[in-house]
Amino acid sequence: MERFFHSELETMKSHLMLMGEKAYEAVECSIQALADRDIDLAEKVIASDDEIDALEIEIDHEATRYLTLRSPVASDLRLITVAIKASHDLERVGDEAHNIAKRARNLILKSKGEYDLLQIREMAEKAKAMLRMSMDCFVNEESEKAQEVLASDAEVDRLNKDNFKGFIKLVKNEPEDTKRYMDLIFISKSLERIADHATNLAEEIIFLTTAAESRHSGL
Amino acid sequence: MDTAAPPTERPRPIVGENSSDQKFIEIKDFSFYYGEAQALHDLRFDIPEQEVTAFIGPSGCGKSTLLRSINRMNDLIDGIRHDGDIKVNGTSVFDPLTEVISLRKRIGMVFQKSNPFPKSIYENVIYGLRVSGRNKKSELDQIVTESLQGAALWDEVKDRLHESALSLSGGQMQRLCIARAIANQPEVILMDEPCSALDPIATGKIEELIHELKKEFTIVIVTHNMQQAARVSDNTAFFYLGKLIEYSTTETIFFNPADPQTEAYITGRFG
Repeated sequence: MERFFHSELETMKSHLMLMGEKAYEAVECSIQALADRDIDLAEKVIASDDEIDALEIEIDHEATRYLTLRSPVASDLRLITVAIKASHDLERVGDEAHNIAKRARNLILKSKGEYDLLQIREMAEKAKAMLRMSMDCFVNEESEKAQEVLASDAEVDRLNKDNFKGFIKLVKNEPEDTKRYMDLIFISKSLERIADHATNLAEEIIFLTTAAESRHSGL
Repeated sequence: MDTAAPPTERPRPIVGENSSDQKFIEIKDFSFYYGEAQALHDLRFDIPEQEVTAFIGPSGCGKSTLLRSINRMNDLIDGIRHDGDIKVNGTSVFDPLTEVISLRKRIGMVFQKSNPFPKSIYENVIYGLRVSGRNKKSELDQIVTESLQGAALWDEVKDRLHESALSLSGGQMQRLCIARAIANQPEVILMDEPCSALDPIATGKIEELIHELKKEFTIVIVTHNMQQAARVSDNTAFFYLGKLIEYSTTETIFFNPADPQTEAYITGRFG
């Protein structure tokens, strides 16, 4: 038997899913703006960050209200704690997409010639896939697939390190374009952080579905 | 060729480890019947010493029947019988040599509705001692003081010990009943919904008291208030239709129960 207040949990879940979709779209558009030199798209991503921030506040409010009024336990309680943490991770994903879009706008306006993105596109695809898989695992409450997200993070870290080395090399060869390559280093770092947040989401989903702790495996 | 399906065994309850894995109260294959109606089905679990164990479950699940079996309060009902055994501190409560009055001193009980006798506060506390022939005033004075202090009531009544117990508030009466139980120096205190008739302030005092009392006594509490079970108990047993569905530490039961029926009950999705 569902009680009248259980629908509030469903509302909160649907807000979290919406936030996940908006964060994913922001990442996708920010990279597309960079690749296609599309300044309108970059501006759109920059403007969309407020919507993601507003959802974080809404989910926080819903979670706090449920804790205050409904005394949740067991899986309901785990959902509340996960929603608070996951919404923060998604808000950070939105911030990183916002940062990528701002740097993309910078590059479009100030770097006229052709330049190499190194492995930024590949990194972006992997980070997006991790984000998508985490959100799918949340919707379907799948802990096993969430484990796959954790395993993917090392590959994104490796790509970021390769990018860093590659862009530093380009700075040395083309010192007049240092600002351009600094922007690209920061974009690569943003993608690496997005993958970290997708990893956090996966850990939170494992906790939600199994009550098991998968964070900080070395402890 | 069709083959017959193998006989299916009734699923066993999920009995996790209690918080200390002790066996102060042993419930061994215990079943209980009111006439033809079986109220408890083959219960088997252990309750540790000096901890609080909560029995939860919907009305009619058998939690109070089990509680009342521990000190044989059910003996007062016609047509009852049981199978299996309950041991407290190694001794069967059903041992033919067990004398019921002394058993109930060893295993005190606090009821849903406080039931002070129409006597003074002082006489209520020492009622059990008087029945067993202890009348030395200095000894009784000391026990009254210690019992009322133990029940967190002393400061409120020390200047009116000889006034009627019926002049106390509901919460004070319930604490007086606890003082009366602990005056007999029991090993176990059974509590059957001790706060259901009390306001939140009186309930808070009883819960604080339970937390203190477990340093000396083993406490078993039946409660319909899930938040209360979560606050005061170390272990929780969930019953449904006379069966033990799940028993584990309270943290496990309220954070990650193993049985879907437990999960449904504690999250309000049952029924």
